[in-house]
Amino acid sequence: MKTSPETAARRGYLLCHTCHLVSRAAVPHPCCPRCGAPLHVRKPDSLVRTWALTLTAYILYVPANLLPVMTVTMSGRGEPDTILSGVKELLLGGMWPLALLVFFASITVPVLKLLVLTYLLLSVQFKSRWRPRERTILYRLTESIGRWSMIDIFVIAILVALVKLGSLATIDAGPGAVAFGGVVVTTMFAAMSFDPRLIWDALENDHE
Amino acid sequence: MQPHTHQGVDKATEFVACHDCDLLFPQPRLNKGEKARCPRCGATLFERKGHSLDYSLALALTSLFLFVLANLNTLMRMNIGGRVQSGAIISGVRELYDQGYWEIAVLVFVVTILAPLLKILCIFYVLVPLKLNFRLPKAVQVFRVFETLHPWAMTEVYMLGILVAIVKLKDLATIEAGIALYAFAALILFMAATDASLDDHEIWEQLGSPLEDKP
Repeated sequence: MKTSPETAARRGYLLCHTCHLVSRAAVPHPCCPRCGAPLHVRKPDSLVRTWALTLTAYILYVPANLLPVMTVTMSGRGEPDTILSGVKELLLGGMWPLALLVFFASITVPVLKLLVLTYLLLSVQFKSRWRPRERTILYRLTESIGRWSMIDIFVIAILVALVKLGSLATIDAGPGAVAFGGVVVTTMFAAMSFDPRLIWDALENDHE
Repeated sequence: MQPHTHQGVDKATEFVACHDCDLLFPQPRLNKGEKARCPRCGATLFERKGHSLDYSLALALTSLFLFVLANLNTLMRMNIGGRVQSGAIISGVRELYDQGYWEIAVLVFVVTILAPLLKILCIFYVLVPLKLNFRLPKAVQVFRVFETLHPWAMTEVYMLGILVAIVKLKDLATIEAGIALYAFAALILFMAATDASLDDHEIWEQLGSPLEDKP
């Protein structure tokens, strides 16, 4: 059997997550000697925190899609818009490249992020040894792509500021936007609290 | 709970570890423009970018100038049948707040205004003293804030939001771009260039070493 590669944890070294300095601690609760950030072998309570945030995001995802994110009122007639109807409207307007972009950012990205986080959590929980490299890449992708879901929130912020012409036309934000913003923020925190090194720890235990 | 402490913690600069898979290996010597990648999971560990501090500072200064322009001017003017309504970046935040959605107002304010501004100011606070070889208090903490802010500064995402908003409004009204729109478009380019030029690894090394004795 091939010998397992050296890891920082196995050799008793700690990696600082902020400044990436490697150090060795002889005391409990150490701080990075260079930047002062608290040092941990793994992110503290990574699985519990990531589960909590991911489940919160799932719950918020329901009102985010069912409730209107904004209401367009023109000459007294109000029309509530959800995330999905906003995409549909762009599509009907013949703006399919933009419709595709918004569909990707507001629907594909959050759903994919939730599913990937759930999969990664389950795979770590069941100590899966399947394709750790690919799972790590999946994690990196999830972490970097989440911010793009904010497009819809920004569109609402711009529209409410511009379209306030009294009885002629107004746009008001809706409660769905709060829930949607919540989904984006909680999934970003969830991705940050997940420690991808846990994926590799399952391989480590084999060799002992 | 016991407090965190520096005492009894020794630097092991001869090693680097992968933040994604924990692989430990000896510190590689990199030439300018080279990247260190983790052989096991492929993560980019660091990069010797080789740009001078002046280069990053010049880009950051331009970004600051554009940031001020983008935030103090009109972003867009909308004309519906002779009635003109103009909006700046901050007016979206204020309007959301007035409508009672303070949660989104705070979120939009933080990711489009506060985080980008703080990022630029952090760069000045850390880089200017390094350049002129003096120390400001808490420079290390300030640079930690800078690193934490990174995912929360969403200027480029906001730019796409502007684009989508313009398309949604174009059947309804005539849209006129304000100075802030051009400034903001330039800002995202300069902020991206600033980020790309900054070598965090090098800056942490310089922050962690004692002052040089320059004549």
